[in-house]
Amino acid sequence: MDNQNTLINEVTDRDYRFGFVSDIATDSIPKGLSEEVVRIISAKKEEPEFMLEFRLKAYRKWLTMKMPDWAQLTIPEIDYQDIIYYAAPRQQPKYESLDEVDPELLSTFAKLGIPLEEQKMLAGVAVDAVMDSVSVKTTFKENLAELGIIFCSFSEAVKHHPDLVQKYLGMVVPPNDNFYAALNCAVFSDGSFVYIPKGVRCPMELSTYFRINAKNTGQFERTLIIADSDSYVSYLEGCTAPMRDENQLHAAVVEIIALDRAEVKYSTVQNWYPGNKEGVGGIYNFVTKRGLCKGEYSKIYWNQVETGSAITWKYPSCILAGDNSVAEFNSVALTNNYQQADTGTKMIHLGKNTKSTIVSKGISAGHSSNSYRGLVRVAAKAENARNYSQCDSLLLGDHCGAHTFPYIEVGNQNSVVEHEATTSKIGEDQIFYCNQRGISTQDAIGMIVNGYAREVINKLPMEFAVEAQKLLQISLEGSVG
Amino acid sequence: MLIIKDLHASVEGKEILRGINLTINAGEVHAIMGPNGSGKSTLANVLAGNTNYEVTKGEVTFNGKDLLEMSADVRAKEGLFLSFQYPVEIPGVSMINFLKTAVNESRKYHQLKELSAGDFLKVMREKKELVQIDSQLTNRSVNEGFSGGEKKKNEIFQMAMLEPKLAILDETDSGLDIDALRIVANGVNLLKKPENATIVVTHYQRLLDYIVPDHVHVLYKGQIVKSAGKELVLELEEKGYDWIKKELGE
Repeated sequence: MDNQNTLINEVTDRDYRFGFVSDIATDSIPKGLSEEVVRIISAKKEEPEFMLEFRLKAYRKWLTMKMPDWAQLTIPEIDYQDIIYYAAPRQQPKYESLDEVDPELLSTFAKLGIPLEEQKMLAGVAVDAVMDSVSVKTTFKENLAELGIIFCSFSEAVKHHPDLVQKYLGMVVPPNDNFYAALNCAVFSDGSFVYIPKGVRCPMELSTYFRINAKNTGQFERTLIIADSDSYVSYLEGCTAPMRDENQLHAAVVEIIALDRAEVKYSTVQNWYPGNKEGVGGIYNFVTKRGLCKGEYSKIYWNQVETGSAITWKYPSCILAGDNSVAEFNSVALTNNYQQADTGTKMIHLGKNTKSTIVSKGISAGHSSNSYRGLVRVAAKAENARNYSQCDSLLLGDHCGAHTFPYIEVGNQNSVVEHEATTSKIGEDQIFYCNQRGISTQDAIGMIVNGYAREVINKLPMEFAVEAQKLLQISLEGSVG
Repeated sequence: MLIIKDLHASVEGKEILRGINLTINAGEVHAIMGPNGSGKSTLANVLAGNTNYEVTKGEVTFNGKDLLEMSADVRAKEGLFLSFQYPVEIPGVSMINFLKTAVNESRKYHQLKELSAGDFLKVMREKKELVQIDSQLTNRSVNEGFSGGEKKKNEIFQMAMLEPKLAILDETDSGLDIDALRIVANGVNLLKKPENATIVVTHYQRLLDYIVPDHVHVLYKGQIVKSAGKELVLELEEKGYDWIKKELGE
């Protein structure tokens, strides 16, 4: 046992691979939050009146709320007056060509292995790159526009499509939903907006790379995806963040609305800076993600691979309102060193014959704590609803923790809800078996963990799946050696 | 090829091997026999580098190198193969992916070019025939849901893929019916080359009907108490291990 622990300690001891800070001039407002700051943000973004009203309402609500304390997390006190709520790269104008873009910024993307233009274009992926808060470059917009697809930064959407924004913003996650969502509603800086018109199948994976960059700047992203009747879209979100000593707050909100027979696939690879080996620093990732299967036969899939952040509080959920709608949540959450994660999903069945599936794979190493928290609620009128949940935990070493908190509420007699859970440990004998075939312990761990997570990784779009596999391996490097 | 001198090893503080001396040359097949609990599997595991076993004394050289200095994966890459008595299951890891990684790690170690997917599959097809392993099995996860016999066949299949210099077969006959036994033994015999050596660990004679050893050693209470030619197998079969115990004055 001791051997394995030494091993695991070594692999988990590995430093964060993507830690670096880029030096880009930033235009920030002073620290702190007040009604005045909310007004400044809205004004800086030249927003219409309804947006300011939305923000102010949220801000006033937020003042009356408290940080949720029910999660299996130990969160240090956060001074919300010590955070800068708005930062934009100084060079405001949009560029015609890449030559005009700050080379430092481009090299940051290069370091992350994010091919902003040509490679992605060849790969058929449009990228809306969000650097801090303002979109730097949006590609493919024109191709998409021909199909009537809107894929742009949130600010642009507010300017050019205020009617859509006004109609759908806050429909799934209202400003009073929870503490972090209210904060986001009040101060969100930018994010992505997607609208797929009726009957259109989006021909490429839409992707956005978020990256926290300005020092001490909380990142408050806002994403709104609307899939009109009979449409389809696959959206990718992936992120890495630079090495940092002080903690950074990240409170994003993602809303998805699927109308009749629409299908939305939302895939995430999350790799925010997790803090160092001693648990110092790292991102606080307090995210509200929710989809609304509004129309009949609509489908929403959440696929996520979570390896980053010091603390994760995240429950991508679905409201199955339309009859015969379908929702899935497929998740791999890996915690190492002193990371804490309390993550899971909520499946709220309102419509008849609705179906949801939950597959959650937790991997804990080092001294980390990894919890699955899930709610399956079947309303009385949601006849013949079905849910299947599978929650597995994999432990590496014996200093980490895994917890499962399933909540099930069924309001009628003809619905079926199934829940399965397992907890396992990577066996010393499995590692030795691999060793004996010439596979190093590190590679063996990577292989076993990827095997364990395969079911979920297979749900990711191809290029993401490869990235996710590497990420799982890298995140555990140093945890066994 | 392999020289073991005064090897002592223990598990959880309990000494199991108490001074093993053994020399194995290229081209030879050695059988190590002995009653249950005599230390046969311990010897196999110690040679393969299982860290649950602690070597307390002695030395082992493998092709002129200090074997005990190497980690388990390096020993494997140096050409030492252990066919496990109880092969473990690794859910979610496909046999193909597992073997391809193993083969290519070894090739990298020897500064050879990694096999392409196409070449690898070609080699795999050839070797599969050798042990008559079902194609279905190689598409599944490592050992997952395999029957006892399939697991053992799979071990020999991996051996065929990795082409070791020294193969240690730890109770490879246990759990095999007579047909499977013949297939497995046949596979081992086909893989035999003048530059390779094999150690067959078993406590029955029946596997040795098919894999004929050049040398037979009886291990008892952590020591080799008798060594002879293949005729010893028959003698043991006839008289049982009690005969050895009597000879030792117990």
